[in-house]
Amino acid sequence: MSNLIQLNQGIANIATDAWTLVQLPASQVEERKQAGKVVLFKLTGENTVTNEQIATTAIPATGKIIVPLSVFITRKNELASRIQQGEVGVWLATHEVLEHLVKDQPDLNTLPIIAIHVERFADGRIFSLGTLLRTRYGYKNELRAFGDVLRDQLYFLKRSGFTSFQIRADRSAQDAIASLNDFSVPYQGAVDEPRPVFQRYNRTA
Amino acid sequence: MYKYDAIDQRIVDERVAQYRDQTRRFLAGELSEDEFRPLRLQNGLYIQRHAPMLRIAVPYGMLSSRQLRKLGDIAKKHDKGYGHFSTRQNLQLNWPKLEDTPEILAELASVEMHAIQTSGNCIRNITTDQFAGIAPDEVIDPRAMAEIMRQWSTFHPEFALLPRKFKIAVSGTKHDRAVVQAHDIGLEFYTDAQGKMAIKVWVGGGLGRTPILGSVIREHLEWQHALTYCEAIIRVYNLHGRRDNMYKARIKILVKALGIDEFRNQVETEWAHLQGSLNTITETELKRVGQHFETMPYETLPSHDASFDMAVASNPAFAAWVKRCVHPHKQAGYRAVTLSLKPHGKAPGDATSEQMWTVAELAEQYSFGELRVSHEQNLILADVKLSDLHAVWEKARAAGLATPNIGLLTDIVCCPGGDFCSLANAKSIPIAEAIQMQFDNLDYLHDIGDIELNVSGCMNGCGHHSVGHIGILGVDKDGSEWYQVSIGGKQGNDASLGTVIGPSFSADEMPEVIQKLIDVYIKERTPEERFIDTVRRLGVAPFKANVYAKEEIAA
Repeated sequence: MSNLIQLNQGIANIATDAWTLVQLPASQVEERKQAGKVVLFKLTGENTVTNEQIATTAIPATGKIIVPLSVFITRKNELASRIQQGEVGVWLATHEVLEHLVKDQPDLNTLPIIAIHVERFADGRIFSLGTLLRTRYGYKNELRAFGDVLRDQLYFLKRSGFTSFQIRADRSAQDAIASLNDFSVPYQGAVDEPRPVFQRYNRTA
Repeated sequence: MYKYDAIDQRIVDERVAQYRDQTRRFLAGELSEDEFRPLRLQNGLYIQRHAPMLRIAVPYGMLSSRQLRKLGDIAKKHDKGYGHFSTRQNLQLNWPKLEDTPEILAELASVEMHAIQTSGNCIRNITTDQFAGIAPDEVIDPRAMAEIMRQWSTFHPEFALLPRKFKIAVSGTKHDRAVVQAHDIGLEFYTDAQGKMAIKVWVGGGLGRTPILGSVIREHLEWQHALTYCEAIIRVYNLHGRRDNMYKARIKILVKALGIDEFRNQVETEWAHLQGSLNTITETELKRVGQHFETMPYETLPSHDASFDMAVASNPAFAAWVKRCVHPHKQAGYRAVTLSLKPHGKAPGDATSEQMWTVAELAEQYSFGELRVSHEQNLILADVKLSDLHAVWEKARAAGLATPNIGLLTDIVCCPGGDFCSLANAKSIPIAEAIQMQFDNLDYLHDIGDIELNVSGCMNGCGHHSVGHIGILGVDKDGSEWYQVSIGGKQGNDASLGTVIGPSFSADEMPEVIQKLIDVYIKERTPEERFIDTVRRLGVAPFKANVYAKEEIAA
């Protein structure tokens, strides 16, 4: 059973996933630690991917794939024809810098999908990344959240421009759909509705 | 004050439904403890030492009689019959049951109240001057802008999960009473050279573990841009603030790390894209919200009242109360009244249900049915006629709300501390009570004069100890409770952070330590000099010498 929620013209449905997610191989470099514990959140701009990881990432020979940003940038020549055919999307971790993608690929709309991986529920950088992709960089295609994605983020993700949501495997996507509409009248303008409430209604009446 | 329309009401009603379902899922085991935590926190629910603590939002400190009456009812029904007014002008209940909290929120929604974003890593309740709208030194009444910002920040999708909590204060007076320099963002409203409302924007202030006063990021911002400019600031923070270490996650650390000039460049670059976007505030919206804060229907009164003057002259107890608890008003014949929640020997900021009902009644009868909560944890009746002051005093006194100690040593600002809070290193309430009893002599208190004493039970600093003229901080040393004392902190336009005087003390020593600080002041002060000014003039040394004198001899 698929755990992917997709928004089409504002209507949410459980959809089968046409994309294969390409992961980086595990790093040999030791994780950064603090007081003996692995640091939960990486700093924005922190370089966490090694050249070796990029080189040894296994890319399936056929089909639609979403590749890590670092692989996309470094192994572009190898992927060129598939990019042209619209079979390659890109994913970023929340600590990666959006501008690196934009610099590499000035017309983001050649990408059919961009996905953002949120490692931990509490990492709200994903909302700014979505907002920037939609409002600053004019990205119009599918924008997906995956990772620690649970129903109580969905309303905020939707308002930040996300259109598909890969719900964490141990939770029901069917149950989660309801939370996309937790609130019916947002106060402030955001990606999905840029007009704040005072621009949409005559509240003086 | 602001009254909900159908849209505002719908939002709080939908919040109740959402939270009810989240709580149901948690109790049914569908949400783990870790997953429920950020959800309940954004609804003001902490899990404390004995029971959950629910923090109810009092936006910019404004309450109606109806709301306060309901708060009294809720405290009676779902708690032990009292609540605690906090330094963020909110009300905290210490003993509700987790299972009851959805019901409490539903009751709050019935009087246009909520607990939205009173905790968690999001934009918190916006605070302001408790005398907003009536202060003689006010340039701009900031409440309409505070309400517009409350609405904008409520469920702001981009800023739903920030690196850390985010506090905004607004102020519109010459003499800052909202501590704008100690906030993540402080908005200081003023009238510019063109006669238009403008904002001086402060950023990167904060108390807590690393107390820092804010820096000015922009001297002049037109009011229409308040929301988009805040969006630019908070976006830079959301993306670049540290999330790897919660003690370094506040915006103040980012501002310090980048330096204010670099931080300003990043914000201005961001704002270039946001300026003029649809979140720009319109004249119509400011006017609509502003109508809720229009001047009260005051009577035209002379600036003196014979019966009042006579009562002051003939009744020293009333006169003492007037001196400390009655404040000037911009309207002739009216005064603002502070009802002290600091009776000696009781937990500062606490009010019983009965007291809440009494204050609701007083507000209804004498102050247009409205009141305010101050960040010094007292309640304010903002619009009382001179001729009514004596009646208000008598009723307040009967309810234990007329201790004439506002601005004096026993008007202690104090967090709930180790008696309740699971973050605390040490108890704070018993320290405050012991100090109040040490100085339980009104003539002596009046002689000591204006002084601010703040107590926090841990370095999170809810008691704002860093800006207390005397600050007391509870610290943990090998599992026992100790207290570090600082002097020379101050809130206001000339804000400063206190200096620690030396090694910390046990709880028993604290009243004597404060006594020794006061003794130095009494001995050294020049006529009319306040404690803080003596500290600023002499420095810490003479105070330190007196407090530690005995130990040095013993050694």
